[in-house]
Amino acid sequence: MTTTTTTTTTTVLDATGVTMQFGGLTAVRSVDLTVGSGEIVGLIGPNGAGKTTFFNCLTGLYVPTTGTVSYKGTVLPPKPHLVTQAGIARTFQNIRLFANMTVLENVLVGRHTRTNEGLWSALLRLPSFKKAEEASRERAMELLEFAGLAAKADHLARNLPYGEQRKLEIARALASEPGLLLLDEPTAGMNPQETRAAEDLIFAIRDKGIAVLVIEHDIRFIMNLCDRVAVLVQGEKIVEGPAEVVQADERVIAAYLGTPFEGAPGAEEAAEVEAAEEAAEAAEAPSTTEGDEK
Amino acid sequence: MTTNIPTQKNTDITKSPTTQATPLIPLPPAAARLITIAGTAVALAGTFLAWTWTKDFPGNLTVTGYPGGLQVLTLVGTILTLLFALSGYGIKGLGWLTPGGTNSPVLVLTLGVLGTTGYAIGAIAQELGGLVNLEPGAWVSGIGALIAVTGALGLPADRPHDDGDTPNAWGRLRHALTAPEPGRTKDLPSWAEILIIAAGFGAGLYVFAYGIGTEYSELFVGFLIIAAFGFTALNRAGLLKQLSALTAKHRTVTLAAAFAAAICFPFTQTNDQFALIGANILIFATVALGLNVVVGLAGLLDLGYVAFLGVGAYAAALVSGSPQSTIGVHFPFWAAVITGALASLIFGVVIGAPTLRLRGDYLAIVTLGFGEIFRITMNNLNGNSGPDVTNGSTGIPNIPDLEIFGFNLGVPHNVLGHELTRPGNYYLLMLLFTAVIVTVFRRSADSRIGRAWVAIREDETAATAMGINGFRLKLLAFALGASLAGLAGTVQAHVSYSVTPEQYQFAGSVPPNSAFLLAAVILGGMGTISGPLVGAALLYLIPAKLQFMAEYQLLLFGIALMLLMRFRPEGLVADRRKQLEFHETGQLDVPDDKGLPETATGVAKAGA
Ligand SMILES: Nc1ncnc2c1ncn2[C@@H]1O[C@H](COP(=O)(O)OP(=O)(O)OP(=O)(O)O)[C@@H](O)[C@H]1O
Ligand SMILES: [Mg+2]
Repeated sequence: MTTTTTTTTTTVLDATGVTMQFGGLTAVRSVDLTVGSGEIVGLIGPNGAGKTTFFNCLTGLYVPTTGTVSYKGTVLPPKPHLVTQAGIARTFQNIRLFANMTVLENVLVGRHTRTNEGLWSALLRLPSFKKAEEASRERAMELLEFAGLAAKADHLARNLPYGEQRKLEIARALASEPGLLLLDEPTAGMNPQETRAAEDLIFAIRDKGIAVLVIEHDIRFIMNLCDRVAVLVQGEKIVEGPAEVVQADERVIAAYLGTPFEGAPGAEEAAEVEAAEEAAEAAEAPSTTEGDEK
Repeated sequence: MTTNIPTQKNTDITKSPTTQATPLIPLPPAAARLITIAGTAVALAGTFLAWTWTKDFPGNLTVTGYPGGLQVLTLVGTILTLLFALSGYGIKGLGWLTPGGTNSPVLVLTLGVLGTTGYAIGAIAQELGGLVNLEPGAWVSGIGALIAVTGALGLPADRPHDDGDTPNAWGRLRHALTAPEPGRTKDLPSWAEILIIAAGFGAGLYVFAYGIGTEYSELFVGFLIIAAFGFTALNRAGLLKQLSALTAKHRTVTLAAAFAAAICFPFTQTNDQFALIGANILIFATVALGLNVVVGLAGLLDLGYVAFLGVGAYAAALVSGSPQSTIGVHFPFWAAVITGALASLIFGVVIGAPTLRLRGDYLAIVTLGFGEIFRITMNNLNGNSGPDVTNGSTGIPNIPDLEIFGFNLGVPHNVLGHELTRPGNYYLLMLLFTAVIVTVFRRSADSRIGRAWVAIREDETAATAMGINGFRLKLLAFALGASLAGLAGTVQAHVSYSVTPEQYQFAGSVPPNSAFLLAAVILGGMGTISGPLVGAALLYLIPAKLQFMAEYQLLLFGIALMLLMRFRPEGLVADRRKQLEFHETGQLDVPDDKGLPETATGVAKAGA
């Protein structure tokens, strides 16, 4: 797998065999995923498939039961702040801004790992402190400009409309100067125009040289955006490949339209999904390669 | 943390906001105002008559033509009411009084006047044995106040009802007490603005000094009633908002002015007593400010904080050269201060390191336990149940007075022709410490570290996902808070001559104790500087002034705290953030320095 990717791009994220169990429930089962630099990779799957849990494993919010996550070749410890320090930033599915801080302050908090002014320097107000603070502000304002929020820098985050809160979360994540950005349903709750704007924003982020891994339910969004799509069903990655290929894949259609949780008796559907999963396991390696070669 | 999309208000803006609120008592507005003014005038006139026949009731309310004691409070209340009511009439030159609400401050004040007058009547009747002891003046004022309240209840509410329907009587009363936000003030020349700040401070200090100086508890209770209602009325009228906007604009000037005024305080006092109260309030206040780092900024609930004050005080006492100290060394003051702060810092880290990894309520329980363990340990290190370090429950007495650069704080000095006595000296020393601690608080809050603390308070998971090492920063907040308390403790040991374990309890009737410290922070306003200072001053003075109700003190304190949390959860001094958090107005928070009119944003957003 790695051999095919090294030819064109370097691997930014490499997750191998990530499994997450909550008691008896296996939310994520032995998932492998790579993201190369300059790539936009989509992660889709029905509700409860384990997408957010997988993100949490990547960012150290959960300690995976088994499996490792490495970023640019080094294995990451499962500590959120170290993961961010290393260069992975994320947004949350249910927006988690610092609601009672201003928009600018939110972004400044995002700069935490890239600055190192300690308590003493804050208390003594040395010239270096002022310079660093000035630089941080400048950088944060640039990011707000980039996200189109500069005019609202002094508003409280909680008072922003929904779409702008999502944008602010992205700006805050970018403030940590990541090499990989994880977006958990960035367009949830947005209207079509806002979704288009979000697409443009994500392309602009990619053009800054930041790789993006995005969870999304809006299939059009995924089709427009992603170089490669991985499908998670009941914790397992069943397909991975270019968006058009994945969209047409019957196992994916089966997973979305006929899960064993929906519809009456469901026995045959369950069998169908099981068959699909078996097929997925068999087909996994080739389909990944297919995606990488694209 | 859900995301409320504030649309409610905006639809109101696009609709016509004509759903006029019905007042509680249906009266034509003009008639209501007339009744209010007439009633208030009657109440005012009543204060010039005798309220009782005997001088047995304190304050001498027997003189006609010269209000005294509780009558003065009613008089002040009625004058304020008249000013606000006339401003509501649109009298030229008074409009500046009511940039926010016009009728709600009048209602609040009439209630306040009724409250003090009613309290005075009740107190006279109770102490002298019956209503027969009242002279006509009391009846005149009481009935006048009642008429004024009736009129004020007939005034239209300042804001239309939100959703067009008419709530029940209680709802309408509550609604009548709300007021719209004041608009922006015109920019005055900065000397004028600074003058306004100075005047505001002066008035505040005068009221405060009056409260400290009240000589009998009836007057103090009356003062509390009228002060609380007056404060609310100024707030409803929008004056406090505008003043705080001005102080925010001239922060450094404001701080400098506040400290200058505080330095003058001991020079204006002829009685030692007040300087000592001042020094003790400052000790309490600085410790509360230290706790504010922990609770207000980082959001960590510390229920045993007074122990850090104790650690600092004990450390300073041990190295003070007191003959009863088991160490028997005598450090110079600066070394003692460092010792005290360092000892507290170490204790803070020792307590914090194992517990701060946990989330939520564990910390509260552990710190509560630690606070008690500290006190019990100090009790037991007495040579019987443990090694003799602290002399057990006798504590370390005879702590000598401080000597700084040859300046002995224990003896009176003549400064600028004014005798500065021991309490005055310590007051000034504490003021210096306060300045240091305020600076530490301000600077740390407004920095990368302070932002990280607030981020942790807001959402710890998101904060760690932003690269903040939650544990380290919480430990830093804990350690900083502890050393600030230790700092205050080193002075406290000298001010109070001795340290004993019983000074450092979780709850007690004498501040500072952990419960009162926490209350000072919450009551004053979390995350602010002036909040804990104001809260500490009130919590020190009120118990000291109301000693006659010692048994009920904690009960009353609890009730007062509950009421405050119900009606003003952000505390007396509101952090701008907190205010928005607790009173969701649905309005966009348009910062003061933006020229955008509020309605424009509202309409634009409603259309979006
Ligand atoms: N902390 C937890 N403890 C126990 N179970 C959990 C926990 N977190 C997630 N789960 C379970 O793991 C499964 C996957 O949840 P997850 O939130 O990852 O799904 P998802 O793919 O993000 O779904 P959605 O599209 O709805 O966001 C669900 O069954 C969920 O109940
Ligand atoms: Mg999810």
